[in-house]
Amino acid sequence: MEAFSLLLYGFGVLLTWKTLALMMVGLILGIFVGVLPGLGGPNGVAILLPLTFTMDPTSAIVMLSCIYWGALFGGAITSILFNIPGEAWSVATTFDGYPMAQQGRAAEALTAAFTSSFIGSLVAVLLITFLAPGIASFALRFGPPEFFAVYLLTFCSFVGLGREEKHKTIISMTLGLLLAGVGMDTVSGQLRMVFGWSELYRGINFLVAVIGLFGISEILLTMEERLALRGHAAAISLRVVLKVWKEMPRYWVTLLRSSAIGCWLGITPGGAIAASFMGYNLAKRFSDDKESFGKGRIEGVFAPETAAHASGTSALLPMLALGIPGSGTAAILLGGLMVWGLNPGPLLFVEHKNFVWGLIASMYLGNVVGLVLVLTTVPVFAAVLRVPFAAIAPMIVVSCAIGAYAIQNAMFDIWLMLLFGVVGYVFKKIGIPLAPFTLALVLGNRAEDAFRLSMIGAAGDLRVFWSNGLVGSITTLALVLLFWPVISAAWERLRTKAT
Amino acid sequence: MTSNRAVDIVVSLALLALAALLGFDNWRTGISWDATGPQPGYFPFYLALILAGACLYGLVKETSARKEPSETFVTREQFTRVLQVFVPTLAFCLLTQWLGLYVASFLLIAGFMAWVGRIAWWKSLVTGLVFAILMFVTFEIAFDVIMPKGPVEALFGH
Repeated sequence: MEAFSLLLYGFGVLLTWKTLALMMVGLILGIFVGVLPGLGGPNGVAILLPLTFTMDPTSAIVMLSCIYWGALFGGAITSILFNIPGEAWSVATTFDGYPMAQQGRAAEALTAAFTSSFIGSLVAVLLITFLAPGIASFALRFGPPEFFAVYLLTFCSFVGLGREEKHKTIISMTLGLLLAGVGMDTVSGQLRMVFGWSELYRGINFLVAVIGLFGISEILLTMEERLALRGHAAAISLRVVLKVWKEMPRYWVTLLRSSAIGCWLGITPGGAIAASFMGYNLAKRFSDDKESFGKGRIEGVFAPETAAHASGTSALLPMLALGIPGSGTAAILLGGLMVWGLNPGPLLFVEHKNFVWGLIASMYLGNVVGLVLVLTTVPVFAAVLRVPFAAIAPMIVVSCAIGAYAIQNAMFDIWLMLLFGVVGYVFKKIGIPLAPFTLALVLGNRAEDAFRLSMIGAAGDLRVFWSNGLVGSITTLALVLLFWPVISAAWERLRTKAT
Repeated sequence: MTSNRAVDIVVSLALLALAALLGFDNWRTGISWDATGPQPGYFPFYLALILAGACLYGLVKETSARKEPSETFVTREQFTRVLQVFVPTLAFCLLTQWLGLYVASFLLIAGFMAWVGRIAWWKSLVTGLVFAILMFVTFEIAFDVIMPKGPVEALFGH
């Protein structure tokens, strides 16, 4: 029950007019970001981060996390009305959502999407409320070797469990880790990999990289594909909402299953996208009427949306409790925490109670307010998509430049953003995943520090990573995950041989 | 026509060169152990090795799988469209250095809408102007976020 009273305390922190206003602003900006092609959760949060530099950390994180919720909701609008997934995790929503819109049931599909998103996040937030403090207090016992092992686990699970070609994931990750090391070495104070170029002394800011990789490159890709935006109009009436809500309890198994999948995959790094597909596929597999999926079945909207939001939300759990983000956007929020001088990880729960519980409370409130907001304002946001892309594209470019410049007041960063834009465009086209790169760039220094501190403590003995049961099992698990494709292939071969 | 495979190989080679460069620089910084533990170059040096290894693997894989045809990376028509947005963005970055961000963004938006989007001139100009002023008010005045500024802002005393 301690969590409950802390949560009430969090609501107390939150309930001021200023915070509530920021929440609304964040949600509206977030939906915009989610709806516009070329922007998206990670990029939107990165661009808008500078706006919060002058705020106190609690208001800032409330606004940023609301941008995140908004972007999650917004992604569904484009998927259903325009058949364009605003985010990778809304791809599965288009399978049944768009057919529903074509049949003139757009309002139903949207209500289903928003409501199931809400349920998914709610389950995940409940999980965070009751699990995060426990995990954090457990992690307080972690020393550098344990932390390094957890970082290793994060990196290895990306490689082992990702859908992309393994060597491409490794390329993306090592590149991110290397670029994270550019600039001043945090342990010795020595300069590394700067080649006497003073602009590089600051290091490569990961927000600048994110804005380029996700924002500029997305604009280039969108132009290349020449998106003709032709969508369905929709306004949601109360009658439709009530109708969908009345139908909803029939699908409780799907909702519950998708929530569970989402929570699990959200905590595992790199799982947010997989969650929506898995939610969809499992709903299809367990259905009596498999044929009707893909032709506008409402369950086909419930399943992926619940899973996507559950995973998007629960990705914040490892970020808060361990300082390890479970998704790209969580990684950017983590970067935000560091900008405000907060050190994400277990100590956050002890030293900055205000902040943590304010944030968790804002997840509840943000989702409720967000649900009401999207249900009532869909026509407005759908209209945004009818604005010609020729007007939106340059505006996004300008917003990206503002975001990149504001982080360190450096013109160099605008050029860096452009460079990363081109890199992102090429990488996306040849299938080098960008999420591991982002994660590595954020975690690089922390992982290296943890490694070096454990090495110093153990006088260079690598066996320190197996020195006790806890760190040993995490390290072993990491290696198992890294070699998972090899292990599972070998297992298959053994089994076929046996039979 | 450039294929996806050709681009893949070029990127692998470029990354390999980068890995070599960074690896060398870290080796120069020091990759061994001293009294305080690993030297600053230790961790990144081995990362550069892994990067190089992954690139080599990719190169071998792409060059040995010669037989099946690869997808086209980009068609001429698509490339033209990509340049249509890339070149203005490049110009915008250059202009930001001399004219400041707000004037450059006005020029980018108005120009892009009119030329690439073929939207009426007056609409493009008004949109560009409104957006630039809106950004100025939001960042410079409301949120105190300072952007690069040029001669035009100076005229208005900013």
